[in-house]
Amino acid sequence: MIKIIALRELKSLFLSPLAWAMLVVMQLIMCYQFLTQLETYLQLQAKLSVLEASPGITDLVIAPLLGGAAIILLLIVPLLTMRLISEEQKNQTLPLLFSAPVSMTQIILGKYLGVLGFLFILVIMIALMPLSLILGAAIDLGQLLSALLGLILVLASFAAAGLYMSTLTRQPAIAAVSSFGLLLFLWIINWSAGGGNALTWFSLLTHFEPLLKGIFSTADIAYYLLFICLFLVLSVRRLERLRLPH
Amino acid sequence: MLQSQPALIWPIDVAPQMDNEILIEVNRLSRHFSSNKKNGQQTIAVDNISFTLQRGEVLGFLGPNGAGKSTTMQMLTGNLAPSHGSIKIAGMDLIDTPIEAKAKIGYLPDTPPLYKELTVDEYLKYCAQLNRIAPTAVDQAVSMAKQRCGLSEHGMRVINNLSKGYQQRVGIAQAIIHSPDVVILDEPTVGLDPIQMIEIRKLIQELGQTHSVLISSHILPEIQAICDNVQIINQGKLIFSASIEQLNQHMQTHTLRMGCANPVDIKEIEALESISAVQQNGEKLILYCSVVEAQDNLQQNLQQNLQQNPKMNQSTVIRTSQQLIALASQRQWGLYEIYPEKQTLEDVFMSLTRDETSNTLLEQEQQID
Repeated sequence: MIKIIALRELKSLFLSPLAWAMLVVMQLIMCYQFLTQLETYLQLQAKLSVLEASPGITDLVIAPLLGGAAIILLLIVPLLTMRLISEEQKNQTLPLLFSAPVSMTQIILGKYLGVLGFLFILVIMIALMPLSLILGAAIDLGQLLSALLGLILVLASFAAAGLYMSTLTRQPAIAAVSSFGLLLFLWIINWSAGGGNALTWFSLLTHFEPLLKGIFSTADIAYYLLFICLFLVLSVRRLERLRLPH
Repeated sequence: MLQSQPALIWPIDVAPQMDNEILIEVNRLSRHFSSNKKNGQQTIAVDNISFTLQRGEVLGFLGPNGAGKSTTMQMLTGNLAPSHGSIKIAGMDLIDTPIEAKAKIGYLPDTPPLYKELTVDEYLKYCAQLNRIAPTAVDQAVSMAKQRCGLSEHGMRVINNLSKGYQQRVGIAQAIIHSPDVVILDEPTVGLDPIQMIEIRKLIQELGQTHSVLISSHILPEIQAICDNVQIINQGKLIFSASIEQLNQHMQTHTLRMGCANPVDIKEIEALESISAVQQNGEKLILYCSVVEAQDNLQQNLQQNLQQNPKMNQSTVIRTSQQLIALASQRQWGLYEIYPEKQTLEDVFMSLTRDETSNTLLEQEQQID
């Protein structure tokens, strides 16, 4: 049942030009960023080779590329998730799901996995660029995989937060703006100097950076998984509340 | 004209079942909305409603706008949680076992829940899958639903490009695709042209042979045409619950309207024993039959078995009109029209809310339930 809802969600994404536009824009920007990183690396290469234990191409090209991708997707994912529930509320199509033999958890998981499927396609297309370097350079594949895992976890967190925001309002635009605000806030929450470690720990960014460097820590993975679960549970609760007396 | 619409003909292999299985059991259902948060005032949308629906029964929910029809239907289909009370669908509690209970329901809300970017086929396929139809049976279910709703030739069209009437049909097809025991349709004929309306009504009557159908409407003749039983709901309260025959009895009019081309001697009409008053307005005459006798009849009828003589109450008006016709032809009045005045839904509401007999009737019925 989750699979049916997820597939239908994915399909309707590709029925609208939005998904295609996102893929194109994303690919163009990433491509430009990739080429400029590569250019900088080629200029620095001669100086770097003199240094002992100098950073390699994976550190200088791939890590910044995927880090940049996360920031661009911070802007794009809210646009993707905004319509998930709010559009159904607006078009009054939720009764179809509510009166079908489907639980609220299945609805939320189906919607979530549908968006995740799209983001997965996006990550694969982004990953093709660093992978093309295999042809001419020695890449640290372990670091690349760790960075890609980090990107996927960050995007999955974005999608979960966006989905929850989408259950709060009937207006897709409000859902987009508020999930963008939430994500940006969580991204920069570690900027506060006085906040100390607690605020830093809440930042989406601080858990992404080690993964980009190839440092795989269970604590970081757990952070993202907890983040995703929290917002999915909140979404299910919120959907159930829509039916309650208020 | 209707027989030339083969699309709506019921498939032959589905034989009507007529047993007394209770499919919906609603017990003391209420729903409150808090309208004003400051003083905590609550709006009661549905107030303590109880009723049952049997297999093969078409039940009509009749009420003005905002009476609580849609709210009741939303609660029956799990779209709203009731404030109080219980709902059982085919013996399963909607709150304790929602998934099993919802599998037995097909629901068309007042706005059809259509994904307008999909084609009819894609949409119905998705609905079939959502309602747990086995993958091998999905295509058959889709084509069956399309055939029943006259959509066979529109499978490839995008729903957004269909007319309102056809979108409504897609909505109905969605509700019946998994052959649910209970079909709940919220104002299914709103916004349709008269021919589409007749077709949809025919479809609903056909559905009523094998499924239980609950439909809501604020159009009285529609309910009279389709339903076996009727419930009138006003301001969240069930104010009348009876069979269509009983409703027709209740709506019995005591007023005759008559039109004559030649001058009429009113005194001769007044001389008839069953006429209590006559009002003249040019060629048109409004005649009031003696109300006392009619009300006696009404009360007797409500207590008697109505099946035996459903026309009994009609007799005063019929007898009077026969007398008038005879008189008119004798006196050369040039009678060109005579008809009993039809009561509107508003009149029925007025009489029901005023009339204590209907309240006692309802109480009796609730005791039986």
